[in-house]
Amino acid sequence: MQEAKETSVKISVEGLNAWFNTNQVLKDISMDIAEKRITAIIGPSGCGKSTFVRCLNRMHEVVPKARVTGRVLLDGEDIYSADVDPVDIRRRVGMVFQKPNPFPTMSVYDNVAAGLRLMGVRDRARLDRVVKKSLEMSALWDEVKGELNKSGASLSGGQQQRLCIARALAVEPEVILMDEPCSALDPIATAKIEDLIAELKKDYTVIIVTHNMQQAARVSDYTAFFFLGELIEYEATRELFESPADKRTEDYITGRFG
Amino acid sequence: MNSVQLKRKILNKVLDFLAAFSVVIALAPLISILYTVVMEGLPAINLAFLTQLPGPVGEEGGGFGNAIQGSFIVVGIASLIGLPIGILSGVYLAEYGNNRFGRMVSFTADVLTGVPSIITGIFAYILIVMRFGGFSALAGGVALATMMIPVIVRTTEESMRLVPDEIREASLALGIPPWKTSLRIVLSTAQFGIITGALLTIARVSGETAPLLFTAFSNRFYFDGVMNPVATLPVMIYTYALSPFEDWHTQAWGGALVLVSAILVLSIGVRFAAGRKYSGGM
Amino acid sequence: MRKRFSPDTMFEFAVGAVAFTGVILLAVLLLGELVLGAMPSIKTFGVGFLFETTWDPVFEKFGALAFIYGTLLSSFLAMLIGVPLSLGIAIYLAEVASSNVRTLISPVIELMAAIPSVIIGLWGIFVFAPFMRDYIATPLAKYLGFLPFFSGPAFGLSFLTAGFILAFMIIPIVSSITREALLAVPVLQKEGALALGATRWEMIVMTVLPYSRAAIFGAVIIGLGRAIGETMAVTMVIGNTPQLAASLLAPGYSMAAVIANEFTEATGDLYLSALIEIGLILFIISILVNASSRLLVWRYFEVRDSK
Repeated sequence: MQEAKETSVKISVEGLNAWFNTNQVLKDISMDIAEKRITAIIGPSGCGKSTFVRCLNRMHEVVPKARVTGRVLLDGEDIYSADVDPVDIRRRVGMVFQKPNPFPTMSVYDNVAAGLRLMGVRDRARLDRVVKKSLEMSALWDEVKGELNKSGASLSGGQQQRLCIARALAVEPEVILMDEPCSALDPIATAKIEDLIAELKKDYTVIIVTHNMQQAARVSDYTAFFFLGELIEYEATRELFESPADKRTEDYITGRFG
Repeated sequence: MNSVQLKRKILNKVLDFLAAFSVVIALAPLISILYTVVMEGLPAINLAFLTQLPGPVGEEGGGFGNAIQGSFIVVGIASLIGLPIGILSGVYLAEYGNNRFGRMVSFTADVLTGVPSIITGIFAYILIVMRFGGFSALAGGVALATMMIPVIVRTTEESMRLVPDEIREASLALGIPPWKTSLRIVLSTAQFGIITGALLTIARVSGETAPLLFTAFSNRFYFDGVMNPVATLPVMIYTYALSPFEDWHTQAWGGALVLVSAILVLSIGVRFAAGRKYSGGM
Repeated sequence: MRKRFSPDTMFEFAVGAVAFTGVILLAVLLLGELVLGAMPSIKTFGVGFLFETTWDPVFEKFGALAFIYGTLLSSFLAMLIGVPLSLGIAIYLAEVASSNVRTLISPVIELMAAIPSVIIGLWGIFVFAPFMRDYIATPLAKYLGFLPFFSGPAFGLSFLTAGFILAFMIIPIVSSITREALLAVPVLQKEGALALGATRWEMIVMTVLPYSRAAIFGAVIIGLGRAIGETMAVTMVIGNTPQLAASLLAPGYSMAAVIANEFTEATGDLYLSALIEIGLILFIISILVNASSRLLVWRYFEVRDSK
């Protein structure tokens, strides 16, 4: 298994197992995730790829009766150790969901500022600055700059998803997890988000779950193929798509199942 | 920054505690009520209390026998009037109610469920007591039936709407006419929900006092025909509680124990059966 | 096509007739009887009935203000005490407790709703009112007596005691509707807040409460409707003294209580009619409160279910 050698390791997963109730959905996953690179997680539905990224910011345990064992080292520190509060981890590891979920009762501005306000930032000038910067990074600023007081729910689907990305960026996380961020969007909105993801790797470590192999090939530096809760293959993206080592990987990327 | 984080976490814990504490506050009166009813009521309970007539004013002894009997009779009358009207109206709403009239009936039934119980007492007073010249078991039954009908209408409607269309269609496909399908097939499929709703409603009205104060009124003797006043448990408890006699207070607690036990056994039993039935079906 | 007098049309007509009689006619009759019964009083006292505090059966001079005041004040106190508690309970059960604790505690909280109000009143007189007088009202009067609503002597039977009792009685319904509303908030919404690094309560304030506020508001109004119409428990603990006292520790009266107490004693026609008019006012208030709450709660759950 090739490691991300030319850059430092941001997250190191060691022997990760996850369950829903008694149903094991992740089996002994170990992998290193490169800093300031884009890592794609692919695999057929039900393979555990969403659960995997949700284990990286301790969101898996939010589901009743969900359980995790193993270690996830963020900059060398185990996020599952007893003295770590998941709240702190989630601030450092941001997340964008499959379906856009802006807070419906908040304005565009308040949605983006929500995370900062949680951290106790009250300085209006600073909030203004961060909101503008985050919306610019998520390529939404030009479309909403005149209507920051509009409800977040009144935007189109693609705009809502970029608003959610801006919301995640505003707290300046170190890692951004994206769980099929384009699955509910049309091709034009998808293209915009993909451009945005490519931009993000300058500053952030991005992990993106996708069932769209073209998307993985387009945007990512590394790709991991999950199947039935196991990590089958993890390589530089180009290598994985051009010369898959495992038969199952090959079958999947050539469209034989999934 | 760190102090902000700490404050947030402390606030979170404090609010967790306050939420748990509000559960404790809400449970405290319930526990106190059940405890007092049992502790104060048990000494009053014996065979004489359950079967005998009340003693003369100021004298010890006697029982709530007539009130227990009367409660059964008044609730029985209420059920005889309320259940058929409520269920048939519910059948109408479930089977033919998708029109303006149906929605009007439905909305009216909902609004009627919010009518204070004392108002149904006034209603039965004007309708029955004033017209027939006296307090009566019938008037009490009418008052309670007025409370029951809107609830029964809605539970019947909801239970019947839960019956899958396939069952309806299977019956129609067998050549059973629509009205027989409604009455025989759909209603009987929904009967568990309807019976559950009916029993819970009966449990609820059994404890009602306000509608009976000036309809069924009270009586120091056993039931003496539907057109005469009749004693009921809730009214008797009320009267005895407000009396100046220590012995009557004890008897009021005894009556409370009988009433609470009956209602809790009925409503918890029904819910338990319903829970088993529904979880068994899944 | 159906024949005109087929068994089907006859059945539809028959059950329709029952629905008309049993529901619509019942409602019309209910309102009609109340209006007719209240007519002598309405004609004699006019609108002044609502603003007059005198309640004098001997001189047949009747005004409902003290009773309206008592009903509104005790219900308001019930809301003040009961709503925060209900919200706390609902949040605890929906967001804090495990699902096992939730399935265990929820029915117990709702058990309170099954206790007949006459028994809550009985407990109110003999257990809760003395407790109120000794441990709540007396200290309040002693230390906060300079405030008008805690002034004067502290009674066990008072507006405040009635407010507490009513609060206990509305908690089951308000907390259970609120709990269901909170449980209906989409997981995606909650996770959005958590993923930003929100604590549990920050998540509740950011998404859960704003999302479910219409239903919570509806639940509160349903509770208010219950409190306004509640009769026996209030009658037994409010003190039955018709007065517009500012002090919450003073005894008062309520609309339902005066009907319960005086209806069988109402000797004159005007006396009876005045009591019926109070019933009519109570009826109209509760209908308005109930109709509005139902619309709120249903719209919430319908919108959610259609998603």
